[in-house]
Amino acid sequence: MSPQENVKYLHQKYLQSLNREKKWVRFYQTVIFIVFFSGWELASQKQWIDPLIFSAPSKVWGLFLTKIQDGTLMVDLGYTLSETVFGFILGTFLGTFLAAILWWSPMLSKIADPYLVVLNSMPKVALGPILIVALGPSFTSIVAMGAIISIIITTIVVYTAFKEVDPNYIKVLQTFGANRFQIFREAILPASFPTIISTLKVNVGLSWVGVIVGEFLVSSKGLGYMIIYGFQVFNFTLVMLSLLVIAIFATVMYQLVELLERKLIKNGS
Amino acid sequence: MDFLKVDAVHHTYFTKTSAVTALSDVSLDVEEGEFVSFLGPSGCGKTTLLSIIAGLLEPTEGTVTLEGKRVETAENEIGYMLQQDYLFPWKNIEENILLGLKIGNSVTPAKKAYALKLLQEMGLKGVESQFPKQLSGGMRQRVALVRTLATGPKLLMLDEPFSALDYQTKLKLEDLVSDTLKSFGKTAILVTHDIGEAISMSDRVFLFSARPGQLHKTFEIPKELRDETPFNARNHEAYPAIFQTIWKELESLEPAGER
Repeated sequence: MSPQENVKYLHQKYLQSLNREKKWVRFYQTVIFIVFFSGWELASQKQWIDPLIFSAPSKVWGLFLTKIQDGTLMVDLGYTLSETVFGFILGTFLGTFLAAILWWSPMLSKIADPYLVVLNSMPKVALGPILIVALGPSFTSIVAMGAIISIIITTIVVYTAFKEVDPNYIKVLQTFGANRFQIFREAILPASFPTIISTLKVNVGLSWVGVIVGEFLVSSKGLGYMIIYGFQVFNFTLVMLSLLVIAIFATVMYQLVELLERKLIKNGS
Repeated sequence: MDFLKVDAVHHTYFTKTSAVTALSDVSLDVEEGEFVSFLGPSGCGKTTLLSIIAGLLEPTEGTVTLEGKRVETAENEIGYMLQQDYLFPWKNIEENILLGLKIGNSVTPAKKAYALKLLQEMGLKGVESQFPKQLSGGMRQRVALVRTLATGPKLLMLDEPFSALDYQTKLKLEDLVSDTLKSFGKTAILVTHDIGEAISMSDRVFLFSARPGQLHKTFEIPKELRDETPFNARNHEAYPAIFQTIWKELESLEPAGER
């Protein structure tokens, strides 16, 4: 065998081993999935766990099909999803905007510092009742819950990122006579994109928390309402269905943010 | 009238616990088209002085004028190249070199063409749409030079621009920068702690002493060295003598027992 053929052969072997590893990972992931759901089903049928509390995949699936057919699942999902997306966008956008204001005025950021600490340590869902009374038990107050839960932490994290941008980039811009707005647009904001994206990922989860708690409190529609209703009438199949739907759509949102990350952060890599 | 005039500049940095004098009574002139070096041990306020000349920092006392105008009011007349390239990693090369023009709202087709031509002259053809991290250190520093020159500054300041590069790249870039600046007749100030670099590239060397930063001595580089490229100057027979002179002077600045 010539050396060239040998390298080719070794490379092929390397690719094969990569492929094999990938297959094994997929295999075990599938195994976990199957074992979890069939174990759940089996345990429920054999009464190892209380089927009234833990339901069973087959029952959840049955309920899923009925609720798809009568259209009620789609209505609830639609409400919750739009509330979460709005809350998420609003929270991230306002948080970044506040961070920009704090960066703009160092004086203001010094004044605001203790208030930010207080607001950040406060459990935001505790504001729920006030929001609902103030804004009415409606779409608006639930979106506000989804947003308020992520605003302050976004502000703090993004503001820190703004401050940590390498001052030499700012110096480069200053030598060209850049004003503060230009410095923000050309260096501060783009340099902080990675941080903003990672807060987006955290905010996806936070917004779901805010919205579900909001729906618990308002109790009129949505997946959170499905959970609280199922709990009150002791229909845990309904609760499980709602949880699974939430898990799927929260994951989808997370994946979309990752897609956005790949689009937004371009530096030739 | 002098091109650049630094007049009795004094600068003190204040912190909560101390007041550190970085520069004390520095006065110097630079002629148009001249290439000068600031040489000195660390802590001699070289970078502070550059920031003051660039108008980024207001001196505690004293004035700096460029063609009779205060530098604080001058816009885009002074180019400043930093120790590292500081190309913006999220912008491609073309966006990077046009940054200065964009900031000054003066992107015109002619100026853009000029910047791209400069890039070609630096031996960087076809990299316009690449991103900084795809280029080598030497290439990136050349792009940074194009970015600085693209706005057509009257005075160019180089703050240890070659210190982060490997020796071979550094020697090549010294030649390229010296050649480019000479062909444009640009006035330049180079900050360095490399005696060889100061001698081989400049017309005059200002030697600074540290704590507080003061102008210690000025050396004229002999004409036969000035006419050579930096690489050839290092091999010229007049080079060792001036190197020794400056070396001894620098040694005398260091208090005994410090090393």
